Amino acid sequence: MSHTHSSAQNLTTFDGTPLKEMLQRAERRRKIKAAGLVAPLFFFLLITFITPILLLLYRAVENPEILEVMSRTAEAIQSWDGSGIPAEPVFAALAADLRQAHKNREVGKAGKRLNYDITGFRSLLNKTARKVSKMNPQPTSNRDAIVAIDKRWGEQRYWAAVKQAAKPYTEFYLLAAVDLERDKDGNIVQVPAERALYLRVFVRTFWMSFVVTLWCLLLGYPVAWMLASLPMRYSNLLMILVLLPFWTSLLVRTASWIIVLQKEGIINKILLWTHLAPNPIQLVFNRFGVYVAMIHILLPFMILPLYSVMKNIPPSYMRAASSLGANPIVAFLKVYLPQSMPGISAGCLLVYILAIGYYITPALVGGPKDQMLSYFIAFFTNNTINWGMAAGLAVLLLTATIVLYTVFNRFIGIERLRMG
Amino acid sequence: MALQPYASRLERIWYYAIRGFCVLVLICLVLPIFAIIPISFTSDTMLSYPMPGLSLRWYIEFFHSVMWTLSMKNSFIIAFATTFLATALGTLAALGLTTANFPFKGVITGMMIMPMVVPIVISAVGIYFFFAWVGLTSTHLGMILAHTALATPFVVITVTATLQGFNRNQIRAGTSLGASPVTVFFKITLPQILPGVISGALFAFVTSFDEVVVALFIAGSEQYTLPRQMFAGIREKYNPTIAAVATMMIIVSIALLVTVELLRRRSERLRGIRQ
Repeated sequence: MSHTHSSAQNLTTFDGTPLKEMLQRAERRRKIKAAGLVAPLFFFLLITFITPILLLLYRAVENPEILEVMSRTAEAIQSWDGSGIPAEPVFAALAADLRQAHKNREVGKAGKRLNYDITGFRSLLNKTARKVSKMNPQPTSNRDAIVAIDKRWGEQRYWAAVKQAAKPYTEFYLLAAVDLERDKDGNIVQVPAERALYLRVFVRTFWMSFVVTLWCLLLGYPVAWMLASLPMRYSNLLMILVLLPFWTSLLVRTASWIIVLQKEGIINKILLWTHLAPNPIQLVFNRFGVYVAMIHILLPFMILPLYSVMKNIPPSYMRAASSLGANPIVAFLKVYLPQSMPGISAGCLLVYILAIGYYITPALVGGPKDQMLSYFIAFFTNNTINWGMAAGLAVLLLTATIVLYTVFNRFIGIERLRMG
Repeated sequence: MALQPYASRLERIWYYAIRGFCVLVLICLVLPIFAIIPISFTSDTMLSYPMPGLSLRWYIEFFHSVMWTLSMKNSFIIAFATTFLATALGTLAALGLTTANFPFKGVITGMMIMPMVVPIVISAVGIYFFFAWVGLTSTHLGMILAHTALATPFVVITVTATLQGFNRNQIRAGTSLGASPVTVFFKITLPQILPGVISGALFAFVTSFDEVVVALFIAGSEQYTLPRQMFAGIREKYNPTIAAVATMMIIVSIALLVTVELLRRRSERLRGIRQ
C-alpha cells in the first residue's frame, strides 16, 4: 500500500477519520477474525497432540526415581568426589533412605532405575533394604555394616551409578538409544558388543526403508509413466486400481497378504503346481513378507506424486529428442528423467518418511529380526515399562523424521502431500 | 505417449514389455486385496484355497459374536464423532489460514500437519501417557479426541486446496448486502467448497475407521474397534471371520473411494480443469 501512502493520508471517511487509520483497523479486525477461525484447532492440537508429544520427549531426560525414593542419599552423595567409596554420612543417608523405602515398599522403583546401569543392582538394593531395616540397635558405623551386608557396596562403580542416577536430568536414555553409556569415570563409551542393540535396529530401520523406497520407485515409475501417457478416460479408470489400496484398511491388506503368502497360500500353490519349488517356501513372517506388504502399502504414495509431475511433461519433448537423433535410451536419460526428477524426489522422500515409522506391518508379518524402531518404542512402553528408553528411542525416530520432512518441505513443498 | 508409427521393432517390443509390466504391477496392487474376499465364504475353518464349499457361516458368526458386533459399533461411533469434530475444526482452520497475510502461516500450518508427519507409534505412546494421566484411557471420548487429532490434517489440506479456487470477494459482497458471517458461511462459502469439505470428512472417517495403533495403546476392551479386534484376531487365532470383516471393510473402502473420486471429478469439471 506504500504507493498510495501520501494520498491515503489526506483522504478521510464519512466521519472524518483518516482513511489510512480505518484501513489499518479493518486489516486488524480481519486478522483477528482469521486467528479466531484457526484458534479452535490450534488449541485442540496443542492439548491433544503437541503437549503429549513434548511430555513424551521430556521423559527421555527426566530422572526422578532416585530423587524421589532416596532423597537423602541423593543429597549426601553430591559431596563425594567420585574416587574410592563415599564417607560415613552417605552410608548413613543410604541406611535411612532404605529403611523408609522398605516401609513404603518403594525400593523396587529405585532398584529398577539402578538396574539399567548395573545389572544386579535391583537385587542388591532389595537385599540391603531388607537387612538394614532389621538392624537393631543402630550400628556405630553404617559404612562397615552395609559393606558387611554385601561387599559390592565397597566397589566404586556402584556408587558412581548412584551418583549418576541422583541427578534430576539424565542423558542415560539418549545415550543408551545409540548404544553408548558412561563408564565408572563418567566418560562416554560404547556399550559392550553383547548388549549393543539399538544401532543395529537403527541401521535395520533405515536399510529396510531404503529397500522399500527403491522397489517402490522401480515398480511405480513405469506405472506412473503409463498412467500419464494414456488418454484421460483410461488413466482415470486405472487410477482407481492405484487408489483402492490407498483407501483399504492397513489391517485388511496385511491380513490378505498373510493369506496369499502363507505356506498353504496361493503363491505357494502356484509354485508347487508349476514345479518351480519342490516344497512350500516360507514367504511370510520373515523379511520377504515385510518387504512385500510394505511395498504394496507404500506404492500408491510413490505413484501419485510421480504421476502428477509426469502429467505436465509435454510428450513432444521426447519426440523432439528422437527427431534430433537421440536413441530412446539417451532421450529418456537426457530429456524425460531430469524433468520427472521432482516427482522422484517427492515420491521417494514421502515413502521413506512413512516407511521409517512403520509398526503394524512388521509386527504382523515379520519375525523378531524384522522389527523396526517403532516396535521397540511400543515394546518398552507396554512390555517392560521402561518409559525412559521408549522416550529416548522416540526422540531419535522423531528427529530423523523431522529432518527428512524439513528437506521435503524445503525442496518440494507441503502442498504436494495431496491425497487422491 | 502413444507408439509412433515409425517405431522400430525393438521399440515396439520394449513398448509392449513396459505395458505388460505395468499391468502386472497394477494387478499385484489390487489382487491381494481381493484374494481375501472368497475366503470369507468358505465352509471350512482353513484359510486356504481351494475351498471345500461355500457358506455364510463366518458372517453369521460375526453378527452373533458380542465381541465383533461391539467393535463394529465402536468403530462407527468413534469414526462418526471423529469425522464431525475433525471436519468442523479443520474447515474453520483452513478458512482462517487461507486469508491473505495470515501471521505465522508457515509455522502454524506446519503444526497442523504434524499429526500426519509424526510416526504413529510416537503419537500413540505420547497420547497414551498423557491420557492415562488425565484419565482418558479406556474411554470413548479419549479415542475420539486422539483420532480427531490424527484426522484434522487431512481436512485442513483438502479444504485448503478447494479454497484456492474460491473467490473471497463473494464474502465481502455477502457481508455488504447485510448477511451475518454465519449466514455468509452457510449460504455462500460452504456450498462452493462442499466437495472439498466432504472429501476431507471422508478422509477423516477413513483415518479413524482404519486406525489401529492408537487403539492398541489407549482402548480398553470396551472400546475395541474393528481394526483393533482384527489385530488381536490375526495374532491369536486367524480364522475366516477376519476374512468376513475384511470383506465388509473393503466394501466400505470402495464406497468411500468412489464418492471421493466422483467429488474430485465434479469439482475439476466445475473449475474447468477438464471439459
